[in-house]
Amino acid sequence: MNILVFLVPLALGLGLLGLAAFVWSMDSGQFDDLDGASHRVLSDADLPDRKP
Amino acid sequence: MAEISDFSIFVHPAADGGAAMDLAVDGIHCAACMRAIEKGLSSEPGMRSARVNLANKRVRVEWQADQLSPERILDRMEAIGFRAYPFASDRIESAEKREEKRLLLCLAVAGFAGMNIMLLSVSVWAGNASDITPETRDFFHWLSALIAIPTAAYAGRPFFESAARALRQRALNMDVPISLGVILALGMSVVETLNHAEHAYFDSAVMLLFFLLIGRYLDQSMRRRTRSVATNLAALKGESAVKFVSDTEICKVPVAAIRVGDRVLVRPGERVSVDGVVIEGRSEIDASLVTGETRPVPAMIGTDVYAGTLNLSGTLQIKVRAAEAGTLLAEVQKLLERATVSRSAYVQIADRAARLYSPLVHASALLTFLGWMFVGIGWHDSLIIAITVLIITCPCALGLAVPAVQVVAAGALFRSRVLLGSGDALERFAQADTIVFDKTGTLTLPRSGVLNIAAVDPELADLAGRMALSSKHPLAQALAKALGANVPVSNATEEAGSGVRAEIDGESAFFGRPALAGLEQEAEALALAMPGASMIGVRIGVRAALFAIGQEIRPDAGQTLQILRENGYAIEILSGDHEAAVAEVAAALGVEHFASAMKPADKIARLEALQREGRKVLMIGDGLNDAPALAAAHVSLSPIHAAHIAQAAADALFIGDELAPVAAALDIARRARQAMIQNLWLAVIYNLLAVPLAIAGYVTPLIAALAMSGSSVLVTLNALKVGWRRKSA
Repeated sequence: MNILVFLVPLALGLGLLGLAAFVWSMDSGQFDDLDGASHRVLSDADLPDRKP
Repeated sequence: MAEISDFSIFVHPAADGGAAMDLAVDGIHCAACMRAIEKGLSSEPGMRSARVNLANKRVRVEWQADQLSPERILDRMEAIGFRAYPFASDRIESAEKREEKRLLLCLAVAGFAGMNIMLLSVSVWAGNASDITPETRDFFHWLSALIAIPTAAYAGRPFFESAARALRQRALNMDVPISLGVILALGMSVVETLNHAEHAYFDSAVMLLFFLLIGRYLDQSMRRRTRSVATNLAALKGESAVKFVSDTEICKVPVAAIRVGDRVLVRPGERVSVDGVVIEGRSEIDASLVTGETRPVPAMIGTDVYAGTLNLSGTLQIKVRAAEAGTLLAEVQKLLERATVSRSAYVQIADRAARLYSPLVHASALLTFLGWMFVGIGWHDSLIIAITVLIITCPCALGLAVPAVQVVAAGALFRSRVLLGSGDALERFAQADTIVFDKTGTLTLPRSGVLNIAAVDPELADLAGRMALSSKHPLAQALAKALGANVPVSNATEEAGSGVRAEIDGESAFFGRPALAGLEQEAEALALAMPGASMIGVRIGVRAALFAIGQEIRPDAGQTLQILRENGYAIEILSGDHEAAVAEVAAALGVEHFASAMKPADKIARLEALQREGRKVLMIGDGLNDAPALAAAHVSLSPIHAAHIAQAAADALFIGDELAPVAAALDIARRARQAMIQNLWLAVIYNLLAVPLAIAGYVTPLIAALAMSGSSVLVTLNALKVGWRRKSA
């Protein structure tokens, strides 16, 4: 059962990491325009060799 | 007097001498539009950033305040090919947005916590079936408690707060049994863990919160979306007023920037955008969108004018004022307040279900406890079983049953061009059995059209439209717009007060007063047939034609009313217009019951009479004079151009020139109500199956988890049906 010493903190840590990532993406406005995001992904305008 | 525009009210400061503004934009729907706007705006010198929000149809721009002006940005948007107008997001919308964000956070916390707890719970369930040691199990239970208790304290707040509110008012809503279930499940699990028991219900409590928060979040996001569409539509009307900034200087400002006491200039052909009193000038105004009366009324110094009226002939100066005693506005507001108070508080289906359901659940839990005590298994075991009953009956499906349907229905309504203000309006729509229409602006279009277009030679109509372009008279402008003319006739001259003269292909042409076109007798004959219309004549050489300009009936009104009648709705027209005009529309649409020259109080009196007969009335109207009736009716609907005060009183708005959204709204609402009731029955059946098991003491956390998610999925699928059938129809 010693394996639990590693696995349990790992599981909890992953959960917290997921939550933190979600909160971060929400605060940075990534869920504000879900319709637009699905179109933007097809746009080449953000490629480095072009003007943004 | 030079005229400048001033949008400063919409601009807010940004960091480092920048300025920012939100624009509502018409017609963005693809990646190409987004790129065109963002690229087009970014190429403007001084522009810091421009970002399109496709979901909300808005653009957020930020620029260097000393290098660029809001007017320049709007001009640029027009050059790119999009109509845009700035707006200040209102308090309600930002509050809705905050609430949406809070619910999403709660949902995320419950979701991630639920995943971790389930990881531990599944291990325990598997271990219980094989060889888990009691120490490991206790350790896992304590870990679960460590996650579940803070999670419930955070993610459960929307429910706890609402339950506390209900209890303070000595009422029961759905959130009371939910809160109780969650708190008892957690409390019991902690006690059980202390006793080294085999089962703990931490996962049930968090899962319950997760499912219910999904329902809450969907509900909230739909509401916020509806509101932002309404804000966009209001902004795109671009209502502005020409205000005197000094005695001689005028400036065009958005209506939002006008304050009581300001002086405003209204030129002929412009719509008055403020409420006030005339202090200079003399004119005739068309108040049809306010009072329903289609005949122009004279305006002189001291006349009250209202937002939404059209200035026809002379320039007016208006002093803006708030509602003062004795004005129509004050009377409407007084009636509105009374109507809002007297409207019987409608109890939503979900709350009615909760009122029946909560005592039943709590009583069965209590009886279970007493029953087991009587059998003699001891208070500890009896209590555990009683709490399991509470957990298993906790209205997971019940909490999702109604919001899930509301969200799907609001989406379906949205596609049918109806914006729903509140969720419970849906249920009231479904109950309506009588529909009362206002005439002007509701059954008819809010703008003028040519009523006898079929009787006019198309070539003459085309030339008349082109000549009308040379006139500033509102009727001529309406005609030009209705006929779609865009090439003015060369060498046309306007003679103020009579019409336009020109020479076309060597023939002298006249457009204007019927008498001057030699059509006096024809005009009188036509006026008898169309009492609400104004006449314009055109004569080119020997050919002549007469146009009747008036408010057209909405193109599909007859058809829609026919459908409504077939579906068993009683239909009435209550209008503020004069008898002849109302009778004409009623006859055209085949409506038997109508009343004319109704004051706001008369409309309410008629609605109350109908309600005393036991009818549930859907009121549809747009004018200032309709606002009290809209608030007094069981449920109400307004076209999107309606007066602000009417829009605020209505439960839902519909968009566009057609009346079809009304029939669609009623149809969707009926189906939605049906689905809600089915869902509630599904929840009842689920309880009938699960509760005996719980009372008998056979329910383990695994069974609770399966039952809970199973019933939630079932209820959600049933709700989706409301949207699916719509597509195939």
